[in-house]
Amino acid sequence: MALSTDDVRHVARLARLALSDEEVEALRSQLSDILAYAEQVGEAAGGDVPPTSHAYPLANVFRADEPHESLSPEEAISTAPEAEDGRFRVPKIVGGEA
Amino acid sequence: MSELVTRTAAELRDLLAAGEVSAREVAQAHLDRIRATDGRVKAFLKVLDEQALAHAGDVDRRRAAGEPLGPLAGVPLALKDILATKGIETTCASRILETYRPPYDATVVKRLRQADVVVLGKTNMDEFAMGSSTENSAFSKTYNPWDLARVPGGSSGGSSAAVAAFDAPLGIGTDTGGSIRQPAAFCGIVGVKPTYGLVSRFGLIAFASSLDQVGPFARSVTDAALLLDAIAGHDPADSTSIPEAKPDFLAGIDKGVQGLRVGVVREFMAEGMEPGVRARVDEAVARLEKLGATVVDVSLPHASYGVAAYYLIAPSEASSNLSRYDGVRYGLRVPGETAEEMMANTRAAGFGPEVKRRIMIGTYALSAGYYDAYYAQAQRVRTLIIRDFAEAYAQCDVLVGPTTPSTAFTVGEKVDDPLAMYLNDVYTIPSNLAGAPALSLPIGLDEHHLPVGLQVMAPVLGEPAMFRVARALEADLAFDPTPRGANALETPGGAAA
Amino acid sequence: MSTVTETTYEAVIGLEVHVELDTRTKMFCSCAIDFGGEPNTRTCPVCLGQPGSLPVVNREAVAAAIKLGLALGCRIAPTSEFHRKNYFYPDMPKDYQISQYDVPICLGGSLRVDTSEGEKVVGITRVHMEEDTGKSLHVGTSGRIHGADYSLVDYNRAGIPLLEIVSEPDVRSAEEAKAYLTELRAIVLALGISDAKLEEGSMRCDANISIRPAGQAEYGTRVEVKNMNSVRSLGRAIEYEIARQIDMVEAGERIVQETRHWNEDAGTTSTLRSKEEATDYRYFPDPDLVAVAPDSAWIEQIRAGLPELPAQARTRLRDELGLPADRAGTVVGNRLVGRLDEAVAAGASAPEAANWLVNEITGWAVERGMEPAEAPVTGVQLAELVALVGDGTLSTKLAREVLTDVLEGKGSPRGIVAERGLEQISDTGALEAIVDQVIAEQADAAQRVRDGNAKAIGALVGAVMKASQGKANPAMVNELLRARLLG
Repeated sequence: MALSTDDVRHVARLARLALSDEEVEALRSQLSDILAYAEQVGEAAGGDVPPTSHAYPLANVFRADEPHESLSPEEAISTAPEAEDGRFRVPKIVGGEA
Repeated sequence: MSELVTRTAAELRDLLAAGEVSAREVAQAHLDRIRATDGRVKAFLKVLDEQALAHAGDVDRRRAAGEPLGPLAGVPLALKDILATKGIETTCASRILETYRPPYDATVVKRLRQADVVVLGKTNMDEFAMGSSTENSAFSKTYNPWDLARVPGGSSGGSSAAVAAFDAPLGIGTDTGGSIRQPAAFCGIVGVKPTYGLVSRFGLIAFASSLDQVGPFARSVTDAALLLDAIAGHDPADSTSIPEAKPDFLAGIDKGVQGLRVGVVREFMAEGMEPGVRARVDEAVARLEKLGATVVDVSLPHASYGVAAYYLIAPSEASSNLSRYDGVRYGLRVPGETAEEMMANTRAAGFGPEVKRRIMIGTYALSAGYYDAYYAQAQRVRTLIIRDFAEAYAQCDVLVGPTTPSTAFTVGEKVDDPLAMYLNDVYTIPSNLAGAPALSLPIGLDEHHLPVGLQVMAPVLGEPAMFRVARALEADLAFDPTPRGANALETPGGAAA
Repeated sequence: MSTVTETTYEAVIGLEVHVELDTRTKMFCSCAIDFGGEPNTRTCPVCLGQPGSLPVVNREAVAAAIKLGLALGCRIAPTSEFHRKNYFYPDMPKDYQISQYDVPICLGGSLRVDTSEGEKVVGITRVHMEEDTGKSLHVGTSGRIHGADYSLVDYNRAGIPLLEIVSEPDVRSAEEAKAYLTELRAIVLALGISDAKLEEGSMRCDANISIRPAGQAEYGTRVEVKNMNSVRSLGRAIEYEIARQIDMVEAGERIVQETRHWNEDAGTTSTLRSKEEATDYRYFPDPDLVAVAPDSAWIEQIRAGLPELPAQARTRLRDELGLPADRAGTVVGNRLVGRLDEAVAAGASAPEAANWLVNEITGWAVERGMEPAEAPVTGVQLAELVALVGDGTLSTKLAREVLTDVLEGKGSPRGIVAERGLEQISDTGALEAIVDQVIAEQADAAQRVRDGNAKAIGALVGAVMKASQGKANPAMVNELLRARLLG
C-alpha cells in the first residue's frame, strides 16, 4: 500500500494533527511500509471467519439508574487550559456540528 | 538498612508483620536507593517521597494501634505513570499531559491503597505505552540496570528498571502487546500480563482498550502472584471486567510441575531468535521435563499474523482513544485561530513521533473504504489465533517459549526502524489478542550477561497453572536477579559485580 | 415561488428524530440529569472524557429503547453493539460519540399517521441509542456560531441518553412530516420516556429532503435540513426546501448533497456544510463496552408494561366511547385520555366530558402557556361538573365560571356551587314573580311577542336572567314567558 502525500495530509486532517512537510514525507514512507506489512491479515483469514472484538465474551453489563455525586464545578474545570464563568473556553468554532 | 532493598515483597511483609522493621524504614531505604541510582537509571518521572513516608508512617501507626491492615501493608511499589492518581501528575510520559492532575484515582490505585502498598513514585514509559524500549518517553530515556547503555524494554520500562535496580520490590506495568513481559525479560525480573478483564482498566489511560491490561512486576513469582491478588477482581466501573470470582493464584503455587503438560510452541522456536536466547529456553524446557512435566510440541499456525493484526487493531483503537487530547478540557493547549487549528496545533506539539505514527495508521485503517480490509480483517485473525490457542490447550496445560527474540538492545539501536521495533513483540502479542494470561520468567543470561526471559502462557483465567510452572522453574534455576556485568548498576551496598 | 402542490414534482422525505430520555442518570455514568443547572455541575471523569475513565450502560436507557421499539412494531435485536462515531468537536468530551451503527437495538417498524388524505404508514428503519453532546455558548456580537469571538462549553448535557428514530423515506409532504412528528411525540409521551419538548431541544428533528419528477423511481439528490424547533417550523422548513429545490431544478441547476440550517426568523435554509466537508466518522465497535443482548423475558416484561398507545386510544375513544374521530384525536393528542377515562368512570358521558376537556380546559391551559394535561382538574371533578349541568343545577355559562374556580384551586364543583349560591332557580313560584315583574316593566316587548314576533321573547328571557343574577333556569323562564304571553 503506497500512500501519497495527499493521503497523509487527508488523514492528518481527520486526526487533527498539524504536520510539517518533513513529517508528512517521513510518515508517507513509514505508513506505506507498515501498512504493506499489515496487509498480510488479508490472506490469513477468509470472510467466513467471524471477527472478534472481545476475547472474553460478555453481554448485558449494565448500571442501575441511580445518581452518584458529580464533581464540584471547581473540580470539573480544574484541569481546563482556559475557563470562563464556570465553562471551558475554546477559540471560535467555525461552522460545525450544530 | 540498605539490605532491606534486596528483600522480596513477601519477606518485607513478614518482617513488617513481626515488627522487626517499620514501614517508614522500608520506605526510606528504598527512597535512598532511588536517590543513589536513579540519576543513571531514570526509572522514575516523579518520586513521591513525602506521600510515601506519610503513608508508611500511617501503616506503622495503624499496626501499633492494632487496626486492620491490607495484605501488603508497608511494601513499596513503583507505579507506571499511566494510572490515574488523584491530584498527582499522571503524564503517560507525554507533553500533552505534562501538567495533568486527574480528579480521580484509578481502581488499581484504590486497590493498592486498600492493600496498604506504599507507592514510591510514578515511573517512566513509552509515551502512551507505545513502544518497546521506553525511548519514546517525552521526558527521559530509562536505562537497563544490567547494562546502562541498553534499553530496559518497554513500554513499562520505568517500572521494570525500578524493580531490577532494587528501587522497589514490586512494580505495576501495563501490557497491550508485551509491555510488561518484554521489559521483565530485558531486566531479569518476573512480569505478568493477566487475563484480559481480570484487573480493572478504570483509570488506566487507554492505549488499545481491547488489549490493555494492568499487571505486576516482581523479583519473584510468588511476589508477582501476591501483587496480582491485591489488584485483581471485578470492578463495576469497567464494563469489560470479568464478573466471576478471581482465581486463587497462591493456593497451588508451590505444588511443582509433576503431572502438568507443557506445550512448546513450534513456531516460536523456529527462527529469528538469538542463539543466547535459544540456548536458555532449550535448557529451561529440559529442566521442566526433569522436574516431571510432560513436554509436548504444539503449533499456533496463525501466530505469525499476530503482529500484523496487532498493528492494525491497537493503532485503530488508539487513534480514537487519543482523540480526547484536544486542548479543551485538560492537558496542553497550543493556541490557534479556530478551535480546529488549536486542536491540530496542540496535538502536533503534544504528541511524539511514535504516537503520531500510530494515530495516523489507526485513522487510516478505520477510514472510509479501508475498515473491512484492515480492522475487520485483523479481528478475524484474532479469532483464528484464539482458535489456535484452544487447539493447543487441548493438548497441554500451559505453553512456553521465548518472551523476546533477543535480549536487551542498545539505546538508539532501533529508534529509526519502527517495523523492526514492532517485530520485537512477535511472541508476546498472541496472548494479548487472545485475552489470555502470560508471564515472563528470568531463566539465565546470554553471552553478554543480559537476562533471558521464558514466556509461560496459559488459557483465559489459567493463572494458577501459569504461576505453578513458573514457580517450579524459578526454584530449580535459582536465578539471581542482581544486575551484574561490565556496565551494570552497582548492587545495593556494594560495587557492581 | 413554486409550491409543492404542482404536479410535476414529488418530494421524498425521511426524518431523523432524536429524543432525550428522562432517565435519572446519564447514558454511561451516574451523573444526575438536571436540566438548567449551573454549568458543569453535573459532570464526572466519565462524561468529561477524562483520561482513563470508562463508560457503563444505564439499564433504564436500554429499557426505554426497547419500549419505543415495541411501540413502533420494531424487531428487538437479539444482540446489538455500541460503536464509536469519531469526529472532533469541542462539546464532545471524548471527541467521539458512543452510538450504534450497523447493529442497532431496534430494526424495522412503522408508524401510522392520519393526514387529510387518509391514513399513511411511514416505515421506521431503526431506533438506536447514543449519548448527547455538551452545549456551547458562542460569545460575540452575533451570539451565534458564525462570527463568534470564542465559545464556552458546558458539559452538563454531555452523556444524556438519546434515542434516534430514523424513518424510511416514505414521507411525501410537509403535512405528512408534521403528522409523523406529532404522532411520534405522542407515543414518546405516552411511554413516559421523555418530555419530548421540541422547543427546548429534548426532541429534535432533522429532515432529509429530495425531489424527483412524479413517476420517477430513482431518488433525487438529498439535502439534510436541521434546526427545526417545532412541528410548525418542520412544516415550514420542508415547504421552503421543496420549493427551493424545484426552483433550482427548473432553473437548470444541480442540487448538491449538503447539510442546511433552517433559519426560523428568515424562513429560509442555508448551507451548513457540504458533502465534501462531511466528516469520515470511522465507526468501529467500542471496545470499552460489551454487547446488549436483551433476553425474551425482559422484552416480554417490558411489552406487558406498555401503556395504551395513542392509536389504540383514538380507536377506543371513537368506537367504545362514541367520540367523533377528530375529537378523539384531540383528546389523545393533548394527553387527556386518562382524565376522560376517569370522568367516564365517575359517571360522565364521554362526549360531554370530552367537550369540556377539549374546549374549556384546553383553552384555559393554552392561555396560561400550560400543557392541557397539566390543567389542575381531576376526572372526578369534571364528572361532577357534567352532572351539575345535566341535572339543571348549572347553566352552561355558570358551569364555565365554576370550572374556572376549580382550575384556580378553589375546590370541587359542588363545593363552589354551594359556597357561591349558584344553584339555578328552578322553583316555579320564585320564577313566576320575576317573570311577571319583567312583563310589566317591558310592556312593549311583551306586546310584540303577543303580536306573533317570536324572536322578541329573547329580550325578555335575557331580562329575567339578569334580574335573577343568572341563576334562573333558562328553559323554565322560556316556558313561563310563553305560557303567560301566548298561552
